[in-house]
Amino acid sequence: MGLEDLQHNFLTGRLEDLVKWARTYSMWPATFGLACCAIEMMSVGAADYDLARFGMEVFRASPRQADLMIVAGRVSQKMAPVLRQVYDQMMEPKWVLSMGVCASSGGMFNNYAIVQGVDQIVPVDVYAPGCPPTPETLMHAILTLHEKVRTDDITRRGRAGGLELSLSSDEGADTDDAHSPSNGTTGWNPDRPDAVHLGTPRRNPIIARSVGEPL
Amino acid sequence: MSDATASERPEDVPHTDTVLPAPVSGTGYDEATDTGTGRGLIIETSEGAQELFSRKETEPDELRREAGAVLRLPEGVTINADDIDIEQSDDETMIINMGPQHPSTHGVLRLMIELDGETVLRTKPVIGYLHTGMEKTAEELTYVQGSTNVTRMDYLSPLHNELVLSLAVEALLGIDMPARSDWIRMLMVELNRVSSHLMWMATNGMDHASTSMMIYGFREREMVLAFFEKTTGLRMNHNFIRPGGTAADLPDGWEDDVTVICDTVLPRLDEYDELLTGQPLFRQRSEGVGNLSAEEALALSLTGPLLRSTGVPWDLRRAMPYLRYDEVEFDVIVGTFGDNFDRYSIRLNEIRESIRIIRQVIEKMPAGDYRVQDKKVTPPPRGRIDESMEALIHHFKVFTEGFKVPEGEVYVATESPRGELGCYLVSDGSPKPFRMHIRGPSFVNLQALPLMMRGGLLADAVVACSSVDPVMGEVDR
Amino acid sequence: MDIDGAIGRAAPESGGNSPRHRIDAAHEVRFPTREEYIDVVAGLRDGGFEMCADLCAVDYLTHPGRTLPDGVRAERFEVVVNLLSLSQVRRIRIRVQVPAADAVVATLFNLYPGTEAMEREAYDLLGIVFTGHPDMTRILLPEDWEGHPLRKDYGVGRVPVQFKGAPGPR
Repeated sequence: MGLEDLQHNFLTGRLEDLVKWARTYSMWPATFGLACCAIEMMSVGAADYDLARFGMEVFRASPRQADLMIVAGRVSQKMAPVLRQVYDQMMEPKWVLSMGVCASSGGMFNNYAIVQGVDQIVPVDVYAPGCPPTPETLMHAILTLHEKVRTDDITRRGRAGGLELSLSSDEGADTDDAHSPSNGTTGWNPDRPDAVHLGTPRRNPIIARSVGEPL
Repeated sequence: MSDATASERPEDVPHTDTVLPAPVSGTGYDEATDTGTGRGLIIETSEGAQELFSRKETEPDELRREAGAVLRLPEGVTINADDIDIEQSDDETMIINMGPQHPSTHGVLRLMIELDGETVLRTKPVIGYLHTGMEKTAEELTYVQGSTNVTRMDYLSPLHNELVLSLAVEALLGIDMPARSDWIRMLMVELNRVSSHLMWMATNGMDHASTSMMIYGFREREMVLAFFEKTTGLRMNHNFIRPGGTAADLPDGWEDDVTVICDTVLPRLDEYDELLTGQPLFRQRSEGVGNLSAEEALALSLTGPLLRSTGVPWDLRRAMPYLRYDEVEFDVIVGTFGDNFDRYSIRLNEIRESIRIIRQVIEKMPAGDYRVQDKKVTPPPRGRIDESMEALIHHFKVFTEGFKVPEGEVYVATESPRGELGCYLVSDGSPKPFRMHIRGPSFVNLQALPLMMRGGLLADAVVACSSVDPVMGEVDR
Repeated sequence: MDIDGAIGRAAPESGGNSPRHRIDAAHEVRFPTREEYIDVVAGLRDGGFEMCADLCAVDYLTHPGRTLPDGVRAERFEVVVNLLSLSQVRRIRIRVQVPAADAVVATLFNLYPGTEAMEREAYDLLGIVFTGHPDMTRILLPEDWEGHPLRKDYGVGRVPVQFKGAPGPR
């Protein structure tokens, strides 16, 4: 909404960076702790691995006030519609971080009761492996997501900050595609592997763009 | 006695008491394009007959039962359903839904609460949102792999789950465990009790709105988890206690690490005691709230701190000792009133008792094997695989096919931080369990919730839930 | 009690494997028929077994030849009840055979209200109906689930998994 409809030029470029900076550094997670990963998520928010230094210690219980849904734990068949409902109630822009192997792929529970990967239900931005991922892993995943949001082009179609589902910028708003779960292969370009490209940027993207360098 | 089966429930009657209003006609509400804020998703997330129904739709027997009448009435006294206290008319009770995604329900627990103003009348916990099919998965995994599965049930005290499975397997195998493995297991299990109760104190404090307690509890817990990481390789879900012993020996210098943990946690417990017990608000919120009596607790099969808070001095470590609990000195903490404050005190003091046990374990740890030397059960040491063909074959057999357990069935129970954690294991002589059923204490303890919440305020419902200390992983398995 | 003081009991044998430290798992097991089941359990409750520790069910479809005492006819399902006596500090196990064609057993709810959730779980996962139970509905699975997963003729539900790097559907 709003900025996505504007043309991308020098003036809006500055505004975009400001908006992305703001979105990155006050991204509020929604409490979606399900199982063991929830405990590690709580540990990340607690004293030793403080998440507050990234602006994220405020775990909003209400999805309306949250930006990031960290799906922490195994999603059972009974929980799946609830997950989708909470995701739908979140306001744009929103991101999903699939924490742990159970949320990413079903984990060690390849059986009737567990949804094999939460990306069958919601589109996922970052996957954090581990069983459970140590707090350092989760923080690395969160920081990767922050980099995605901060350095990605928000005027490109698709959810703001989401790369997997980005279509060409000429296409009109198509809410179904933006919110449909990913099958894992659309949008991933092997020539520009996102996970490698993002990470701590070595150059300041604002300066890089203004001198015409590719990001 | 009426037979309230699922077929008698009016499943397609929309719940008029739910929070979202019915769609108003003429506003262009189109179900086809509804993105989820309308009624469509209520139907999708509704669990039909498992939910709480309004008074109009409830059988009088159930109303009587929900009033606690079944457990509290002496024999021969009957209650007329019309006498059940509710001053307002039927339409004024509201059924609200707390749950499954809720910051205070300790996991994915859904509570349907019938409220009369702020007073809780009936409660129904709806569970199953974390059902993982672990008992079915266990039938596909060998006994060596089994502890990776069970350890994720009660994820706050994973070593207890592994212990109970290992004890069941060893009972069926009929092997004698070396002393050192028992003592190592005891050390790890008591440290796990400390970390689980610290976690409980953190979340309980948070539910009483003490955010500092949350941070303190996690700070202590990190110390214990760092030791676990050093010993087992993982902070949680360790897969350390396996049938036959433990996966590895304790690292060098473990006595110092554990002594540091004990010496740090103990004085800090006094600080938390002062923070919470000394605070009048905390005491008012927890004393006299969530009362249980001993008869109710026994009738509902409650165990652990819930049972001990009612005055019944039952602790499996003392009554039916396993490992080497009969060789260490510790007290069983018993409450008097069965309220939340008793349970809080019990858990706080159980941390102290666990530290006492841990100190004795440090003194008494014998030298020896950390796992039984029976070749059929234990894999050989990794170094020997390079040297001996036989060791290589044994390693291969144990880790691919697993070891065979004689046919039989056994039930063993241990005292986990939540109560009696039991494992009923049926073996048919193959390397995989035929049926493994884990008796999760939280699954049974959740039955106390309607009783604890009835007549209290909604704010006390949150604390009652926290006081039961449910871990949904073992509730739903 | 003083940590550093004398323990007051025999010093433990260190380094020895000793059967006295094996967990006590030798419990008495009884095999009543479905008709006698409630009476037997009621008798035990009056005889000091205050708590029903656990109630579960087992499906013996793929292992029919299990050892049972004489006079007990093996059926497909078994309902296993573990009772606990706090006063006598002992456990007892009751195993009731339940045929597949008529998987119905009386409920223990009136004797032990704590079996409410356990019986619902046995119904949900194995399909055994407990007559007289106040709320015989599913507890762990969604309400519209079909089938009873813990039965031996119900598959685990594995999804085939490709090794990563290989092309093809996930």
